Amino acid sequence: MQSNTEFKRTPSAENRTMNHDDAMKTEPELNMADEKIKLTVDDLNLYYGDTKALNGIQLAIPEKRVTAFIGPSGCGKSTLLRCFNRMNDLVDSCRIQGQIKMDGQNIYDPSVDVAELRRQIGMVFQKPNPFPKTIYENVAYGLRLQGVNDKRVLDEVVETSLKGAALWNEVKDRLHDNAFGLSGGQQQRLVIARAIAIEPEVLLLDEPASALDPISTLKIEELIYELKSKYTIVIVTHNMQQAARVSDYTAFMYMGDLIEHDVTNKMFTNPSQKQTEDYITGRFG
Amino acid sequence: MDKMNLSKHISSQFNEEMERVRNHVMAMGGLLEQQLQDALNAINTNDAELAQQVIDTDIKLNNWEIKIDEECNRIIAKRQPAASDLRLLMAVLKTINDLERMGDEVRRIAKVALESFNAHQQDLLVNLENMGRHVGTMLHDVLDAFARMDLEAAYVVYREDKKVDREYEAITRQLMTYMMEDPRSIPKIMNVLWSVRSLERIGDRCKNISEYIAFFVKGRVVADSSEMEQPEQEG
Repeated sequence: MQSNTEFKRTPSAENRTMNHDDAMKTEPELNMADEKIKLTVDDLNLYYGDTKALNGIQLAIPEKRVTAFIGPSGCGKSTLLRCFNRMNDLVDSCRIQGQIKMDGQNIYDPSVDVAELRRQIGMVFQKPNPFPKTIYENVAYGLRLQGVNDKRVLDEVVETSLKGAALWNEVKDRLHDNAFGLSGGQQQRLVIARAIAIEPEVLLLDEPASALDPISTLKIEELIYELKSKYTIVIVTHNMQQAARVSDYTAFMYMGDLIEHDVTNKMFTNPSQKQTEDYITGRFG
Repeated sequence: MDKMNLSKHISSQFNEEMERVRNHVMAMGGLLEQQLQDALNAINTNDAELAQQVIDTDIKLNNWEIKIDEECNRIIAKRQPAASDLRLLMAVLKTINDLERMGDEVRRIAKVALESFNAHQQDLLVNLENMGRHVGTMLHDVLDAFARMDLEAAYVVYREDKKVDREYEAITRQLMTYMMEDPRSIPKIMNVLWSVRSLERIGDRCKNISEYIAFFVKGRVVADSSEMEQPEQEG
């Protein structure tokens, strides 16, 4: 029986000359102490009316890494994610105490321009929400809002953004078709292209692949991996294997508390907290 | 058993699958223990029939290894186990490999029992008895420790192997003097020597299993032997 997997065998002469000690060195493990911190959450409490949804969250999000929030429904992970670009301001009953700092600047400071903040911190939602416009106009939308109308600039940004979102090859011949003609997975990548067109510093992804089929999901995950070289990414996901695959750091939340926040490799092989262990191995709490 | 929390998954099927794998490892271990006892008895009593039975039964151990291996593969593919579940499966996969190889060593011992020894040579075999009992206890203890994932018990087994190694050296030296005294007996004594070597290797593999237990409990590979020998030094 012939195996369809072929492993390239290193020629023996090379085997003898290669430095096995060097070859066996594992890649340097991630370590929070070595990271440049992009976002800092400092003693954050959040209330919806009388209900406390977040309890004194302390968290540091490292720059140009993927941080995943996991936890059961209602644990506060989406709420926390929405705090990063002040989406919770839109909820009337919502009160926030504490601080979130981006590069040392408190984003809840009254002097902060929320529109500018949301330009710096883009967000992608669970369900793809393209505008009822052409593919091209969807991506160009943010720039047009900023008053950019130079066609050459727009063309270039649309192309780089769509390439960045790994969608260019699929849509380059129909840029002026309606975005609703795209498949769900393509729409989600279009929304990501729209988000990166305005060059944010942070990308917030709220269940970005949960409405997609497995292949589109893998494409989104691959995209996340590529995007992290340029952006700080925070992703909320119910799919723990997805968190394990795409993230560098994982934060486990439960009932509004941050239970554990650590390097993903450690979280999924040897978590420190029993609650984390129970959750990721699918046990009763 | 509590330490493994095997019955606490939300998926009852997952519970059953993990429990089954663990039970199968215990069954395989139990069979190996029986095989070792039988092989040693066969040597002591020069019972060729029993020895042959041990040799024939070895295939069951091989089959166990294949079966448990398949079960683990299936769980990994279907359930994406994480954390302690994943570590347990990795420990199981390594353990059954060692158990199977121990089975091969036992078969080697049984082959020696197939030969006939004269009364004088039979005396040589007495040497095997003590060491055999010692290794048998080690195997029993390490399987117990595995069943309970008992780190302390694993450390004890780990340290015990040093004693087995010393016994091995002592017996080897003794057998060498016999060979020098009576060169005609060399072929027979060599056979005895191989069985002693096999016993020593079973001890080594028990030590391996105690390392897998440490891996499961601590969540990392404990490669440093001093850590296994003097666990109390840890903070």
